[in-house]
Amino acid sequence: MKLVIFAGPPTCGKTTVIRQVIKRMIARQIKPAYLKIDVLYADDDTIIAKEFGIPVKKIYSGELCPDHCNVVVLDEAVEWAESSGADYLFVETAGLCLRCSPYVENSLGIVVLEATSGMNLPRKIGPMLTLADISVITKIDLISQAEREVFRYRVLESAKGITVVESNALYGIGIDPIVKQILKTPAVEFPMFLRGNPPVGTCTICVGKKEIGAKNHFGVLRTLDEDLIYVGE
Amino acid sequence: MNVQKITLSGGFGKDGSAELVTEFSLEVGDIVSIVGPTGCGKTTLINDIELFANRNTPSGRCVTINDEPVPEDFIFDPSHHPIALISQHTNFLSDLPVEEFLTIHATVRGAENVEQIIEETLGFANELTGEPIMKDIAMTELSGGQTRSLLIADAVVIGNSPIILLDEIENAGIHRSKALELLKRYKKIFVFVTHDPCIALMSDFRIVMKNGAMQRLIVTRPEERKVALKMKQIDDMMLDFRTIIRSGEELSESIFDKSFKVLTF
Repeated sequence: MKLVIFAGPPTCGKTTVIRQVIKRMIARQIKPAYLKIDVLYADDDTIIAKEFGIPVKKIYSGELCPDHCNVVVLDEAVEWAESSGADYLFVETAGLCLRCSPYVENSLGIVVLEATSGMNLPRKIGPMLTLADISVITKIDLISQAEREVFRYRVLESAKGITVVESNALYGIGIDPIVKQILKTPAVEFPMFLRGNPPVGTCTICVGKKEIGAKNHFGVLRTLDEDLIYVGE
Repeated sequence: MNVQKITLSGGFGKDGSAELVTEFSLEVGDIVSIVGPTGCGKTTLINDIELFANRNTPSGRCVTINDEPVPEDFIFDPSHHPIALISQHTNFLSDLPVEEFLTIHATVRGAENVEQIIEETLGFANELTGEPIMKDIAMTELSGGQTRSLLIADAVVIGNSPIILLDEIENAGIHRSKALELLKRYKKIFVFVTHDPCIALMSDFRIVMKNGAMQRLIVTRPEERKVALKMKQIDDMMLDFRTIIRSGEELSESIFDKSFKVLTF
């Protein structure tokens, strides 16, 4: 079983890229399964099931942090894909708060970024970009060539050595090099490990204390001018 | 790789029938136009060139450079890409100041003297615009004409691309004949998508598009070149009128008649 994780901000074109990739995988007689992890709403699973007839699954993370959700379900998801006879599991995940990254060891991590999102985006999204193997830049038809070059530079500045693939996924342009990398993905090994440490998310706010202000909370806190402090036992 | 020649072999039109123009080649110094009614596939044709179509786009066309398949490096790294496509975009989406953007682009392109090349780029762009472009203004704040002028100047000076594709350069109010004159100083392959008869007739040949397919290749005959020179006079006269109106003055019949009489035919 091989695992490919697609991450990226909402509406950046992840699903369009994935559909184009699935089309080409199936043409090569390779069977992928598809898992969508979203926060509140997604219908890509039904669209993909209808279009390609492959095993699909959807999870709403709801109250749970979607990255946390990804970590706690991924092993079972790989088993599910295996039992459904797939060769690959494609995971599409959104709703990242940009401090975590969903990629695991011995898998392929793909971050999808839209070219139209401003030159500072690559500097803003942290490990979602820096720990990925491939950065797919979508919607390249909407910006000038000069801007493409500068955007690419900004991506490489944040994530040195990453493979940058530019794509106009609607027309299937720039998909072949992604497929080429996917075919080189190593098999998943158990136990699986995250590539990067997520920040500590078990805090008083996460568990439901809604009062604003550091004085109402305990654990790892900060004030406006003071850096991280620890309050508690 | 030194680009000397680029060749495009035809594919299929929108109805699936084979293109009547089966192949054409462009060599350094060539100026070519692509003409045809709106929606006939002109932009798709230059997109195919820019993408180095390899029978993998909907049109099924194929591009080679110097009679050989296109190196992967050209396709995947835009800074090694020998083609600059000036699309119909009239706005930038980059939220960087002009100078910072140009500095990064010149650096990516390996410029030796970044400051000098930026001056040259802005100088070029400002010859085409009405109001000059300021260095510290955000790219997103530039007008349509300023944006296109800067795109052209950037492609020619910073990009120094051997092949330049220009999609409807006549739009967005830049100084068109000035642009042609400036562009001709650089030894490159220029491809114009155009509705403008002057630009079409100043080309070495033109491709006529219809229903997504290349229908005809017409080499500009000497007679058409003569017509082009006459048309340019009319064009320049119209530009003079435009300048008068743009600067807030009024036109009179005597100004019109005087301009008209200067025409040498």
